[in-house]
Amino acid sequence: MSANDQSGGGAARQGQLKREGLIFEHGAPGRVGYSLPKLDVPEIDPVESWGADQVRDDIAGFPEVSEVEVVRHFTRISQHNFGVDTGMFPLGSCTMKYNPRVNESVARLPGFAAAHPYMPYSMMQGSLELMERLEQALAGVTGMDRVTLQPAAGAQGELTGIMLIAAYHAHRGEQRTKVLIPDSAHGTNPATASFCGLEPVEIPSNSRGTIDIEALAAEADENTAALMLTNPNTIGLFEDQMDEIARIIHDVGGQIYCDGANLNAILGKTRPGDIGIDVFHINLHKTFTTPHGGGGPGGGPVAVREHLAPFLPWPTVERDDSGMLCLDWQRPQSIGKIHTFQGNFAILVRAYAYIRALGPEGLRQVAEDAVLNANYLRVKLEGHYHLPYQQISLHEVIFSDRKQKKNGVTAMDICKRLMDYGYHPPTVYFPLVVPGALMLEPTETVSREELDVFIDAMIAIAGEAETDPDVVKGAPHSTFLRRLDEVGAARRPVLRWDPQAADTDGD
Amino acid sequence: MTKTNDPYGGGKYLSQGPDDRRALLEAIGVDSIDDLFASIPASSRFSGQLPVEPALAEVELARHLRELADSNGPAQGVLSFLGAGCYPHYVPAHVDALIQRQEFLTSYTPYQAEISQGTLQYIFEFQSLICFLTGIDVCNASMYDGGSAVAEAILMARRLRRQGGKVLWSEGLHPIYREVAATYATYRDLTFEIMPLGEDGRTIVPPIDDDVVAVVVQQPNFFGIVEDLKAAGADLENHPAQYVVVTSESLSWGLTVPAGDVGADLVVGELQSFGNGLNYGGPLVGFMACRQSSVRNLPGRLAGQTVDENGERGFVLTLSTREQHIRRAKATSNICTNTALCALATCIHLCSLGRNGVRDLAKTNLAKATYARQQIASEANLEVVYTGPHFNEFAIQLPGDAVEIVDRCSEAGVVPGVPLGWFDTERSRQLLVCVTEIHRRAEIDRLVTTLAEVCR
Amino acid sequence: MAEYPDSYRYTKDHEWVSFEGDVGTVGITDHAQNELGDVVYLELPEVGAQIKEGQPFGTIESVKAVSDLVAPVSGEITEVHTGLIDAPELVNDDPHAGAWMVRVRLDDAAVAETLWGADEYRKFLEETAEGD
Repeated sequence: MSANDQSGGGAARQGQLKREGLIFEHGAPGRVGYSLPKLDVPEIDPVESWGADQVRDDIAGFPEVSEVEVVRHFTRISQHNFGVDTGMFPLGSCTMKYNPRVNESVARLPGFAAAHPYMPYSMMQGSLELMERLEQALAGVTGMDRVTLQPAAGAQGELTGIMLIAAYHAHRGEQRTKVLIPDSAHGTNPATASFCGLEPVEIPSNSRGTIDIEALAAEADENTAALMLTNPNTIGLFEDQMDEIARIIHDVGGQIYCDGANLNAILGKTRPGDIGIDVFHINLHKTFTTPHGGGGPGGGPVAVREHLAPFLPWPTVERDDSGMLCLDWQRPQSIGKIHTFQGNFAILVRAYAYIRALGPEGLRQVAEDAVLNANYLRVKLEGHYHLPYQQISLHEVIFSDRKQKKNGVTAMDICKRLMDYGYHPPTVYFPLVVPGALMLEPTETVSREELDVFIDAMIAIAGEAETDPDVVKGAPHSTFLRRLDEVGAARRPVLRWDPQAADTDGD
Repeated sequence: MTKTNDPYGGGKYLSQGPDDRRALLEAIGVDSIDDLFASIPASSRFSGQLPVEPALAEVELARHLRELADSNGPAQGVLSFLGAGCYPHYVPAHVDALIQRQEFLTSYTPYQAEISQGTLQYIFEFQSLICFLTGIDVCNASMYDGGSAVAEAILMARRLRRQGGKVLWSEGLHPIYREVAATYATYRDLTFEIMPLGEDGRTIVPPIDDDVVAVVVQQPNFFGIVEDLKAAGADLENHPAQYVVVTSESLSWGLTVPAGDVGADLVVGELQSFGNGLNYGGPLVGFMACRQSSVRNLPGRLAGQTVDENGERGFVLTLSTREQHIRRAKATSNICTNTALCALATCIHLCSLGRNGVRDLAKTNLAKATYARQQIASEANLEVVYTGPHFNEFAIQLPGDAVEIVDRCSEAGVVPGVPLGWFDTERSRQLLVCVTEIHRRAEIDRLVTTLAEVCR
Repeated sequence: MAEYPDSYRYTKDHEWVSFEGDVGTVGITDHAQNELGDVVYLELPEVGAQIKEGQPFGTIESVKAVSDLVAPVSGEITEVHTGLIDAPELVNDDPHAGAWMVRVRLDDAAVAETLWGADEYRKFLEETAEGD
């Protein structure tokens, strides 16, 4: 590709892309996009039944569109999105891997999908068995004793995990106030600690990118409620001194919480429960391929060691004396209720289906291929991009924009330029410990050829940053829209469609 | 024989073959895959086989899951009248077809706006639809569920008020929403006081003292009663406490007065009724909407309208400094996920129903539930617990323990409702019955005769 | 380097104060606005609030960052520049005059002597810039 070809590899799709107005700009009075069953019972006039002052008019502002218009509208706007099936999605720490289609179909089986959460247990043995089996599988993969499937997402799992630790200390009559958090941690970690009334204390990384053990030992004391760890950490490195870390924290009576964001790298290679971790949360959409959905719904099960099990959110899945599965609402030491019902069941079905498709050898192969692919990117791109940590990485690898910055090209510019080549950008500016970070996680679901084409694109962009930096700085060129004005959006927020403003614009 | 990836299980989800792996190892410059895991010291290494059942081929997997699903009641034609926060409504086929488009299903959170306009645009449309429905200014991009939305609303009310610590909540607020809020508030200096219900089932709001940060009322309430929101919030007009209106059955908004028009400061709850199935209780679609003046304290993501370099209209995530990845320890909440795909289903269903359909569907529900309530009273001789106006749910008084009666009805293939003793031991003889557009008259009649027989 | 008025006093948190009798006017420096980037929002205290030297009295936000505004002096807020809420871009365009944020009735007018002059602040900026 010549440097003048600003469109990159993604241009071929553009002919399909059409501008599409808001749904509010479609339709006309009297069109309907719904059908109703003919009333087989007497009609009730709400004004008579409730009183006129309790009943609203129709919903001004809503569109009046046919089903055809609805389908075309949402199909068209979908084409302005990039999905995992569109192409490689090397988004570090987010593990955007292929989402098997069979998982979608089994989650929609009527026996699962049409079940109300308050169905009598005797009628729900199949779903409860799935939950019991998934709990056992996740406990097996993580080496832990019990698992709650209730949290609706990783962040809620994290909140649950820290609440479990706080409840554990409170139960023992201890008032501990500090949570130690490595500086490479996810932003949710300090947010969660504060949410639970605990004070986050930052622990620096050493030059190898792992926890500074001396700093940890100096900060750990009888006031330490927990260490919040990510292992492998956000730099993609394994905390190789886990024995020492666990000893330091447990010696002062603290608990170790591990963020399971990077479980994909260690499946069958190491188990959190075997290396001193007390609480571990799992992002089902990362490791266990439940679809990201553009930002949820997720699933954030939390796995714990036995001593924390009494504090798990109620209800838990248990068997009664007759062996029948049921939900146990009577958990006196429980931290309480986290989800309105028993968790995002339809997401759990997908995760369970994935685990059963792979089995123990398959799961281990997932970790091996993910790590293999990340290291291949590392050796192929080293030299073209600055590599802050030289050692073998696990499932993700971090470069930075240091070389390109000399020509005024930032990590964000490189990201936007990758869109022109047909890729979703990597994670940028995270972790914060690496300035201008570009975090790549190819996952196990990309092939060698795909990796090679991606590598070529990255090298081409590095070349453009030298020879024609403006083409990178002005990217993307081939997307439906160019760079968007985020400053204007934040200064004068327009957060909803306003028909009156739209009318005025038209005058 | 050529070695292949496992053809008997999930090998098909892996894109590298045995030759590729060898080539990659060579390119990396290591001898074996174990060299890449050398950073895991021996003492941390797991060397056994994971205690997970063996791999299944897709045909086996599909059969195994179908067997589990088929053993559930709903696969066997059980007739159910369960609501209580999760409502059985018909989901039109095009809703589910559209959310399965990979561009929606497999996309990421729309941080990279240029390749996420589809998601950003529907979030903007979703926010707008909920504003029109609730009569309030701003809605976020959705939340986990109704329970966490109520919890976050109470915490937000506390932030806005900056002082005080008392929450008044209605006995008609879903008891599990109260439980979730109490869990979230474990480490907050908040006290909770119940506002009782009158004989009509409407909330009796006491005088509001200075310490109150929020008054929380559900519409329609947990017992299906349509609250008089204006009357309930009358004393709040000149009080700095936040008037929080919750809904678990958002279809009711097709008929009820918009909460924003009668003084609500925060409108929160559950949108599962639009476009989302039951799914044994999850995923759900929480949401939170507020007045313009409070938007900087609103948790969750927000999409905003803007322009690109060429002046074309587009959308971005905005006001993100409220969120955890910027503020870290000072964030408004630790939420970083919404339930985007479920919100999309809600958005598509609401667009399809349009200006008249939400009302029409709500009227159908009202008619069916009213018929059921009247038949149960006249044919099964069971009294309703509250005399006030109902929407599509109502509580009835039973002659004996509701759990036992539900069990006996279930044996006859009818799950007649939710036993209220689960939530409140003093209500052990009460049953909450929900009737929607999916129920035919003959099915309602069967509910009535079954209840009449069992309760005789 | 930008103009830093000689009549103002400055702090290491990049705030400026101009004094008139027992009233101080507070804003952020050109260096601070440059570091923040495009300012999109400010949260300022209300008239009558007490602020305390070294303590946060408000926040300032750009698209990707949020910072505390650290009080350079102690006293009672007598006036708040509410116009900034609607026009936050003023902070970028005219940080040393048009984008004043609050006026404070000083607890102790002698505080001026403890803050940096323009020369000292410029020197501080040069020293900290070397670290990059």
